[in-house]
Amino acid sequence: MSGIIGKKLGMTSIFGNDGEIIPVTVIEAGPCTVVDIKTTEKDGYQALQLGFGNVKEKKVNKPLAGHFKKNNLSPSRVLKEFKNFNVSEFKIGDEIKCSIFSEGDIIKVKGKSKGKGFQGVVKRHGFGGIGMTTHGQSDRVRAPGSIGASSYPSRVFKGQRMAGRMGYDNVTIRGLKVVKVDPERNLIFVKGAVPGAINSIVELIKN
Amino acid sequence: MIDLNNVISDQIRTDIPKFNPGDRIRVHVRVIEGEKERIQPFEGDVISIRGTGLNKTFTVRKISSGVGVERIFPFNSPKIAKVELIKEGSVRRAKLYYLRKLSGKAAKIKSKNP
Repeated sequence: MSGIIGKKLGMTSIFGNDGEIIPVTVIEAGPCTVVDIKTTEKDGYQALQLGFGNVKEKKVNKPLAGHFKKNNLSPSRVLKEFKNFNVSEFKIGDEIKCSIFSEGDIIKVKGKSKGKGFQGVVKRHGFGGIGMTTHGQSDRVRAPGSIGASSYPSRVFKGQRMAGRMGYDNVTIRGLKVVKVDPERNLIFVKGAVPGAINSIVELIKN
Repeated sequence: MIDLNNVISDQIRTDIPKFNPGDRIRVHVRVIEGEKERIQPFEGDVISIRGTGLNKTFTVRKISSGVGVERIFPFNSPKIAKVELIKEGSVRRAKLYYLRKLSGKAAKIKSKNP
């Protein structure tokens, strides 16, 4: 029951025990500091607030600087809460390292998917487009078609799928396997792909 | 930032001798049969080397009882026990796929040092 914050370094492949090639994502995970502890009495729920990465003190705004200064901690770049820790075992200032994971663990990884910008309905929602460019419709190939202008419904339904900003969503991938843990370099090797661009922040959660 | 090439550098093998396309080599492959492990040699001509780093592979072609057999090996695979260089060949291409269409004496690669 634990988790850690990490940075996606990219994908590569490593050899397994039987000589087979395993595609892996390398994640620089931790070390994370326990910045705050949420308790049922005080906050109504249990969680650990973890900080990851270093940031200059002058880059942190005053409210956040006070939050770190309260416990004499150096400020961290990312703060995230993890609900699935056994809170009573930890105290503020503790360090959490990638060694909490071991080979063969099944984990889930949360991240922000790559931003695609403003995209049309064919890319964003998988519409088919119009299959032909004859019969006078040379400029309608990737258009969405009618969005409701018939006698019924004579209006546009709520939630009608249209063009717009695509990507940069919260994405969780479940059931990923930890292939290798390197505690010296704070690296975790996860089989398969995880959401997000290289250098983006991901959360690794063990159930 | 950590370079990914350094991360996997411990998986790159340095004990395999240098060879080129056109060379005849013998690859000693580890084969696991049930509980036992034994070494099976595969001898043939190198017809292609591609990729870099951990993705580097080479293709070995041999004629086995009249049928052409090709095997692609990952260069850094732990399944390779040993590679022996038998004969250096003289060829003018990096990829010797034209050998697939040839047979008999025409498919023979000239030796580099006759």
